Amino acid sequence: MSITYLEAIREAQRRALRDDPRVYIYGQDIATFGGAFKATKNLAREFPGRVIDAPISEDAMVGSAIGAAIEGMRPIIEMQFADFSSVAINQIVNQAATLFWRTQVACPITIRLPSGGNPGSGPFHSQNLESLYAHFPGLVVMTPATVDDAYSMLLEAIAIDDPVIYCEHKYLYNRLKVDALTETGLPPHKARVARIGRDLTIVSYSAMVHESLSAAEQLKRENIEVEIVDLRTVKPLDIDTVLASVARTSRLLCVGESWPWGGVNAEVIASVATHGFHLLDAPPQRINSKDTPIPFSPNLWSAHKPSSRVIAAAARRLFDW
Amino acid sequence: MLDTLKEHRGDVAPSLFPDRYITAFKWMLLARTVEEKLGSLWRAGKIAGGVYLGKGQEAISSAVGTMLKPGDLFGPLIRDQAGRLAFGEPIIDVFRAHFGSRTGPTLGRDGNVHRGRPREGYFPMISHLGALVSVVAGALIARRFKGDRTAIGATTIGDGGTSTGAFHEAINMAAVEKLPLVLVISNNRYAYSTPNTRQFACSDLVDRARGYGLEGYTMDGTDLAECLEVVGNAMERARSGHGPQMVVGHCLRLTGHAEHDDAFYMDKRLLESPVGRDCLKVAESYLCKQKWADETQIENWKKVAKRQVEESVAIAQREPQADPIEETWCPYATESVAEAHSIR
Repeated sequence: MSITYLEAIREAQRRALRDDPRVYIYGQDIATFGGAFKATKNLAREFPGRVIDAPISEDAMVGSAIGAAIEGMRPIIEMQFADFSSVAINQIVNQAATLFWRTQVACPITIRLPSGGNPGSGPFHSQNLESLYAHFPGLVVMTPATVDDAYSMLLEAIAIDDPVIYCEHKYLYNRLKVDALTETGLPPHKARVARIGRDLTIVSYSAMVHESLSAAEQLKRENIEVEIVDLRTVKPLDIDTVLASVARTSRLLCVGESWPWGGVNAEVIASVATHGFHLLDAPPQRINSKDTPIPFSPNLWSAHKPSSRVIAAAARRLFDW
Repeated sequence: MLDTLKEHRGDVAPSLFPDRYITAFKWMLLARTVEEKLGSLWRAGKIAGGVYLGKGQEAISSAVGTMLKPGDLFGPLIRDQAGRLAFGEPIIDVFRAHFGSRTGPTLGRDGNVHRGRPREGYFPMISHLGALVSVVAGALIARRFKGDRTAIGATTIGDGGTSTGAFHEAINMAAVEKLPLVLVISNNRYAYSTPNTRQFACSDLVDRARGYGLEGYTMDGTDLAECLEVVGNAMERARSGHGPQMVVGHCLRLTGHAEHDDAFYMDKRLLESPVGRDCLKVAESYLCKQKWADETQIENWKKVAKRQVEESVAIAQREPQADPIEETWCPYATESVAEAHSIR
């Protein structure tokens, strides 16, 4: 029996609800309807009163989760789309992220952000906001790229005592599938070497890991062996694993689907330049989505975000040095 | 739908007075004494940042803190020194917070009015108005999950705070969930410098209660007796399953927004109007008129309050300030995350 990325998210929530009476889920259309993407399908029936429909009030949803967490609960908030979390940004970055720092009382909430685009989703149903949330101290930002990580990292997000922004990629929901879940054994804030190679390091996360893997297959035919580091969690950032890889390959390309300015890619490159400048044989490069709102037209959309073709081209240019 | 004060007045037992009144009065008096001290410490340059005082709304605030019961929840805002003390805040927390002491409730990481004891149901506000309403609501959701059917939560806000989206979202949510939340609005006429006429267009903020499906009451915020009755009644209504309650107290901010602000913009006629009465003086006269206390007794209470405040200040001033060397500089609670955060 196989399991998709989306089903892994549902199964993790089912397990958390089953194993921990402190867990409940609050979000729009998640009870009877099972969520806009069906991530909570049947859970309301299975766990009566613990999968609760919320009014269209993202600020109040997150605020209430903070209050419940203070009182010992482990709330999961489902944002219908990552884009709508900006309505709750005050509660997330000012209240949740600072609570432990201010009061020594932890704020164990998990906010699920269905992220990234699909053709035709447009500017307000496609955003990747991991860089935005990673900017704020006190938040953990997870960006799982695999079915196994979707499952185990969500359980970890619920278990840890800090507020977690869990960015689940909509493009992967039904496209990624494994025969059965396997334990990775990796702690959630440790990056993973997703592919071994000696010539170039690509650092990526979430759906862009798969575009990068596809680019690596193209480059292999040209005798370029790419190593791919999947960050898994972008905050805190496991720069050690990145530096170890760059030490082997001497070349760095960062690939992310969010916007370029001040983002995860920028942070990785700044850290490598600071701590590993001597390891580099070429200037580190980054590929992001274009610095415009996300377009609706499928033609524009597919050119807006990084593709394996663009990644491969950027990788080749790194060997001009 | 819109319940008026008079409809439910009978719910509060007359035995409430005078003991409860005297208790609430003493919290008002202590708050005023604490705040006068804060003002002089600020003017003497002993306090960094702002000092925000609640002069003129101690009656409303004290009524909230006094009428809550052990096990209830409280989310106060900036002008709630009286309610905080009545809810159980030690006086020394006030001065430790303002001095940025290492021993303070936020270890010097935050200061002045941004303090609380969340584990004891006393929630710390952030500066963003309206943001605490949903937090108290969520804490009540947690209590419901835990089978606590007796606790209620109270939170306070000013006229300006009612204009925020967070306020609207939170009370709508609390109403949908039928939570035992008591929302006490002090309409002190000014949000910083902005008068009511530039803040809202309904005739009274309590009109909003009907729209949200809340029971709503108004009260004279300068009259402690009325505040105790109305707030007490709203709390009983919430506790007995009638859902969220809104109480609007009418008063005047008898100070600037903060100590740096001389409130030159304030319409001086308001000071001569009924809302401009000093609730503390009103309460003193009431105590004497009812013969629950005489002037000598009130003078003694004032001396006791002054001594308590002086002692707390003396202790807090001797305590260590927050120290960058001692500071962990880590905002994470989870050990493995904190470790990963520190590797840079």
